[in-house]
Amino acid sequence: MTPPTDTEERRIAYGAAFTEGLAQMMDADPNVFVAGEDVGRAGGVFGSFRGLNERFGDMRVVDTPISEQAIVGLGTGAAVSGLRPVVDVMFMDFMLVAMDQIVNQAAKLKYMFGGKATLPMTITTSAGAGLSAAAQHSQSLEAMLCHIPGLKVVMPSNPYDAKGLLISCIRDDNPTVFVKHKRLLGLKGEVPEDLYEIPLGAASTVRSGDDVTVVTYGRMVHEATSAANALASAGIECDVIDLRTLQPLDMDTVVQSAQRTSRVAVVHEAVRFGGLGGEIASQIAEEAFDYLDAPIERIGAPFSPVPFSPVLEKEWVPNAEMIGERIRALAAA
Amino acid sequence: MDPSPETLLDLHRRMVRIRHFEEAAGRLAEQNRLPGFLHLYVGEEAVAAGVCANLDDDDQISSTHRGHGHLVAKGGDYGGMMAELMGKATGYCGGKGGSMHICDLDLGMLGANGIVGGGVPIAVGAGFANKYRGSDRVSVVFFGDGASNIGAFHEAANMAAALSLPVLFVCENNEYGEFTPRDRTMAITDVVDRAAGYGMPGAIVDGMDVVAVWEAASEAVSRARRGEGPSFIEAKTYRFYNHHGVQTLGMKYRSDDELEQWKQRDPIELFEDRLASAGVLDADGAQAVHDAAEADIEAAIAFAEESPLPDPDSLLVDVYTQAEYSGATA
Ligand SMILES: Cc1ncc(C[n+]2csc(CCOP(=O)(O)OP(=O)(O)O)c2C)c(N)n1
Ligand SMILES: [Mg+2]
Repeated sequence: MTPPTDTEERRIAYGAAFTEGLAQMMDADPNVFVAGEDVGRAGGVFGSFRGLNERFGDMRVVDTPISEQAIVGLGTGAAVSGLRPVVDVMFMDFMLVAMDQIVNQAAKLKYMFGGKATLPMTITTSAGAGLSAAAQHSQSLEAMLCHIPGLKVVMPSNPYDAKGLLISCIRDDNPTVFVKHKRLLGLKGEVPEDLYEIPLGAASTVRSGDDVTVVTYGRMVHEATSAANALASAGIECDVIDLRTLQPLDMDTVVQSAQRTSRVAVVHEAVRFGGLGGEIASQIAEEAFDYLDAPIERIGAPFSPVPFSPVLEKEWVPNAEMIGERIRALAAA
Repeated sequence: MDPSPETLLDLHRRMVRIRHFEEAAGRLAEQNRLPGFLHLYVGEEAVAAGVCANLDDDDQISSTHRGHGHLVAKGGDYGGMMAELMGKATGYCGGKGGSMHICDLDLGMLGANGIVGGGVPIAVGAGFANKYRGSDRVSVVFFGDGASNIGAFHEAANMAAALSLPVLFVCENNEYGEFTPRDRTMAITDVVDRAAGYGMPGAIVDGMDVVAVWEAASEAVSRARRGEGPSFIEAKTYRFYNHHGVQTLGMKYRSDDELEQWKQRDPIELFEDRLASAGVLDADGAQAVHDAAEADIEAAIAFAEESPLPDPDSLLVDVYTQAEYSGATA
């Protein structure tokens, strides 16, 4: 799905698209409120909540203590009680502090209660390396979340998707996790002014080609696309699929492409071992084994915490060059 | 107990060394010569200095994201610190940790920490090890007012008290957690009120008065060494720079007036006035301490700049230890 071409195209940043989608949902639904550290007066450490406190007041844009467990718990309790919370956990790494509330409580309440509870809560957070923020401020932990039945997880790669997916997350009656990438916040792109949804569980094909399927999401969409563009001049044409939602996965789009190209690479920034690439590769093997001409290539970060020093971090984060080399080898295999 | 002249000079030197390190780091950051986040301790020097002057190398401390001051006060090496901030191979963590993970285990400095409250249970664990071994070592945990809102703090405080561990809780109350004032995130004014709920003695000290901090810490540390359990000190202090970096970001979250009033109570200037009137150290003597620190910091910057970058091949080193079990250690 490509963004509709507006008559007068308006380009805004990924972070601003997030803010706009949130503000529009707050306008549209009085049950939507936001809570998190520094989201109120300060407008969020990344500026993602700027102006909301002034506009909607302290009751709807709540500055919380540094208490991730209670922040997510607040959202869970308020959601069960009929509100539609958006709770922010500043860095994805800090979600680990709230893991009981996320995994044991929010994700399971509906099921454990025999379907009685409804939890329309969105947890927003920021992931990703590349800012020398070191091992506790740089992780991509989405695979952990996708492993948990009851949660939905999205990781948008561009401003248009950021706004539309956020709106869908807030409207969804399940606990959803909306993961921004810190290095995408300033990325500008076309974003319609109206309130629109991007359905959860729908991938988009950002580039078409018949030689190799590249399945990716988040910031790696950009690295993979630039690798694919470079390979095109060498005669290798890639289908680049941006998953957008990671739970549930749009495997139909992936499998159809794999059946056509017969070669698949999965690319994510998260550590390769135990990453989402393993799940995607297995599902492709289950659904399209007979179509494959080569083993599925999984590209992800090496098995170490994220290092601080820029030279090491650069080595750690997958980039277009290494992705291109691996795809080239895959195409030749 | 009144501090001896030697102690007074020691306190002064520790504070000055923190200040010069932090000012230099701030300058380098403004010139874009340091990667990553930088949380400066300027304004809060009396807390780390006053507490750490009561500790030996084998007493442990755990620290926060604002951790340089704690390491300098514990005797940290400028060169290793500066090299770490620059991400060099010669840094304290070989360039893998950076500002937020700086540590020196030989000095009992169990690490700065990127997770607010993350260091609190760790210091309690160190305190447990001290008690387990029957030693009179103590551990100190530094944490912010904001950190006192997180579960890890509450669980660890209760555990330290329940197990009567030799731990000193030092809350650096600088009135803000990032850009949000304390009164928006807690309904009490004094964090120390929380100590009573866990059954530990607590005291409030003027965190701009290094002698007051030293005295309170001296009492609490002695108490812990005698096996009488944990205590809590709340130091009222203020950071002179922004939450991270030097300049205030676009958002205005505290007034110039408030900042100026706190700067009037600069802990180093206050102490230097006092040292001069007590005849312990005159202006020239104080200047010599500053000059020595400045010379050291210049040397440290040069060392760090000349140091090699980490070898990319070190990326996967130290994810696990390769050492074999070698039997019971001393
Ligand atoms: C678990 C966790 N939540 C949030 C953060 C982001 N954060 C870093 S420092 C900070 C404020 C800490 O305030 P305080 O404890 O008062 O220490 P100060 O910065 O004032 O020294 C916050 C919210 C974090 N690092 N870890
Ligand atoms: Mg504080």
